Amino acid sequence: MATRRVRVLAVASGGGHWVQLLRLRPAWAGCDVAYATVHPDAAAQVPGARFFSFKDASRKNKASFAIVALQLFRAVATVRPDVIVTTGSAPALLAIVFGRLFGARTLWIDSIANSEVMSSSGLRARKLAHQCLTQWPELAGDPVPEYWGAVL
Amino acid sequence: MSDAPEVFASVGSMFAFDRFARALDDWAAAHPATRVLVQIGSGTYEPTHAAFVRMMPPALYQRRIAEARLFVAHAGMGSIIAAIQAGKPLLMMPRRYDLGEHTTDHQFATLAKFAGRDGLHSAASAAELHIKIDALLADGGVAPAPIAPFAAPEFTDRIRAFIHGSEG
Repeated sequence: MATRRVRVLAVASGGGHWVQLLRLRPAWAGCDVAYATVHPDAAAQVPGARFFSFKDASRKNKASFAIVALQLFRAVATVRPDVIVTTGSAPALLAIVFGRLFGARTLWIDSIANSEVMSSSGLRARKLAHQCLTQWPELAGDPVPEYWGAVL
Repeated sequence: MSDAPEVFASVGSMFAFDRFARALDDWAAAHPATRVLVQIGSGTYEPTHAAFVRMMPPALYQRRIAEARLFVAHAGMGSIIAAIQAGKPLLMMPRRYDLGEHTTDHQFATLAKFAGRDGLHSAASAAELHIKIDALLADGGVAPAPIAPFAAPEFTDRIRAFIHGSEG
């Protein structure tokens, strides 16, 4: 019986979140990976992979969250990932929730920018994601977030 | 001779940072012989002395950093990683929560961790930014140490184990 490749949906907001996600690419080498991020131009950085974009949203513009929710639901429902990996930010929590509806295992990696406290999204992800990581050893908790390393 | 900007400044990709864009424009006004380009995002302040652009594709953004003599940016991880990967000195000014420039004050925490590493500089105010741009253009100091394009294998291997179901 042929075994199918593990399907991974890698999710990140724009800017530093996306740059951090790109530095983790060896983790899903050989997997069937799809990406979801904010800027459509970013597709050029991941040639050959399925690509979804979603509207930029943050706690500053809550109204856009409904649109982002639809876009991320569509990405998750289309890809049907086995695993979701994200480096944040807040909209990625939606991807984690939708992923769980479809049975995906989910990994939240809090941004390396959050060096003194976890992001508020990361605090929520401790309960929502299957595994939650910080990139600063001094922020590791019991049992989560765990510290496995950092992008830098 | 290249006509690429000598000073490339970026507010990052998420929020406006008008105080930063204005600081760069004021510096450009005082230094008309220096080519300055500011990427202003969704800001309402449009520079008149410096050239500006709202957003640019990642490949062009990386080229602007590589070609500039000095990269100036908000204290965001995207900027820091881009500067390190390009081996270009970076001068950062942190966004302030009390001025509505970000959702928290975490950019100060970022500076506490990263400013002072080779090639990574910081300025708390527009006045300090002006002084440090002058200083860094006169002497760029030590460039950021080169790094691999990917995170350490110890980290990505563990994520890989999670993906394949052998690590919780």
